[in-house]
Amino acid sequence: MIVDKLQQLGQHSIAKIQGMGRATLMLFGALVAWPTPRKSFPLLLKQLYVVGVLSLLIILVSGLFIGMVLALQGYTVLSKFGAEQMLGPLVALSLLRELGPVVTALLFAGRAGSALTAEIGLMKATEQLSGMEMMAVDPLRRIIAPRFWAGVISMPLLALIFTAVGILGGHLVGVDWLGVDGGGYWSAMQANVDFQQDILNGVIKSVVFALIVTWIALHKGFDAVPTSEGISQATTQTVVTSSLAVLGFDFILTAVMFGG
Amino acid sequence: MSDILVDIQHLTFKRGDRVIYDDMSMQFQRGKVTAIMGPSGIGKTTLLRLIGGQLKPEQGKILINGQDIPTLNRKDLYKARQKMGMLFQSGALFSDMSVYDNVAFPIREHTRLPEEIIRLMVLMKLEAVGLRGARDLMPAELSGGMARRAALARAIALDPQLIMYDEPFAGQDPISMGVIVRLIRSLNNALGLTSVVVSHDVNEVMSIADYVYVVAEQKVIGQGTPDELRAHPSALVQQFLQGQSDGPVPFHFKAASYSAELMELAK
Ligand SMILES: Nc1ncnc2c1ncn2[C@@H]1O[C@H](COP(=O)(O)OP(=O)(O)O)[C@@H](O)[C@H]1O
Ligand SMILES: [Mg+2]
Repeated sequence: MIVDKLQQLGQHSIAKIQGMGRATLMLFGALVAWPTPRKSFPLLLKQLYVVGVLSLLIILVSGLFIGMVLALQGYTVLSKFGAEQMLGPLVALSLLRELGPVVTALLFAGRAGSALTAEIGLMKATEQLSGMEMMAVDPLRRIIAPRFWAGVISMPLLALIFTAVGILGGHLVGVDWLGVDGGGYWSAMQANVDFQQDILNGVIKSVVFALIVTWIALHKGFDAVPTSEGISQATTQTVVTSSLAVLGFDFILTAVMFGG
Repeated sequence: MSDILVDIQHLTFKRGDRVIYDDMSMQFQRGKVTAIMGPSGIGKTTLLRLIGGQLKPEQGKILINGQDIPTLNRKDLYKARQKMGMLFQSGALFSDMSVYDNVAFPIREHTRLPEEIIRLMVLMKLEAVGLRGARDLMPAELSGGMARRAALARAIALDPQLIMYDEPFAGQDPISMGVIVRLIRSLNNALGLTSVVVSHDVNEVMSIADYVYVVAEQKVIGQGTPDELRAHPSALVQQFLQGQSDGPVPFHFKAASYSAELMELAK
């Protein structure tokens, strides 16, 4: 009984580690090749559009609303202490350090990550990847690599856009609606936001999240069981696994960057 | 130059514990249409993947032009694949590209020819399969038979030496079946190809193949020209050719006896 359970646990762990090994091999195979700009660049551009530009709307809308909510919540607390002039830094720091990178990563996993997984899983199921291989074109380099770079490049940019729109949303609610002093909103923000401590760390976070989410999405698609059920499972797993990974890594990174 | 393009020697391949091929040998003659017949699930697709180097055998050699495919490094394998065309059962067209771009894909990937020349080559291949008028359609807009022909145009885009067809007749209506039968033969002759057709459609295969291998139970159970096969003494071969559902080859997948299993359930 206990032995069975232990055995199951062992098998499960081995399978997990094997999966991670396969994921590493996949990434390695996709990225070792020296890029050939003539061919890679158009592919990358197309993926930047699909992965990045098409995610823009959801990022803009979410950023705006999160900024507005932050200002509203922040104002009610700050005004109790007569510290409304600190609304600008509150909104900006929350967005730069946490909400920008994290929420963007979560939205990105749901919007672009799931699409990547489904697309690649379907390509596998319809033998498009095998077909490509038989035409002497490596699917890792032709399909995986441009999508990986597109994700890694676009997510940090999306996070910055999210943050900028959020700060504007905060202005909209705090200054235009609740009547906080507009000049103070900006000048307090300027005085309290440190480039390295806040902006750079936020960017580093979102680069890390971009690597994680894109990698998981691509691997889940590439490793999917090539049936409709397998693809639907892989898509779900992409969203669940990458969201959890983002939250876990966020804690670790926060502890390292701001903890000491 | 030897007469034999593909020489498979003592091939053994397993999926997990299941033996798919056990010490099997076969040869494909240059310029001929060779067919491999056998019931579903016997490992015909697997064999094509072994020849294409997508799977590695446990033992044995797969020589193409004297090169042993399983031992090639990545670069040489990709070179060797440029001389092969494979028509997948599903066609495997890229669903995000038009028919034209699908056929142009291997040419664009492997050559630096100017677009005008590529255009010429693509239209020529599409004409050969009768789809020049369908060049702007997307794969989703094609019927099954048309998709297979478009995939065929793509497979011959770079004028391979060897072309492999995986179940080219499966699921086709009688007319497109006839079209494909004629195409395989005429392309083989016109382009000087060596063709391998994997199929379980006995009549179509017997009508176009120069040489036929019948595969069952992990090995070749009969081989010869279609005429030789029809006169083959083996009961197994005859059962397969005449399409009898039961005989030496059992209809059922290997399992415990049915009555024993029912008794087990009744307990
Ligand atoms: N990816 C795979 N993993 C494990 N077993 C497989 C896989 N693909 C095929 N098989 C098994 O190998 C056998 C041969 O498959 P296949 O070559 O597709 O047969 P055929 O093309 O003759 O119908 C089948 O019985 C199948 O169960
Ligand atoms: Mg098959």
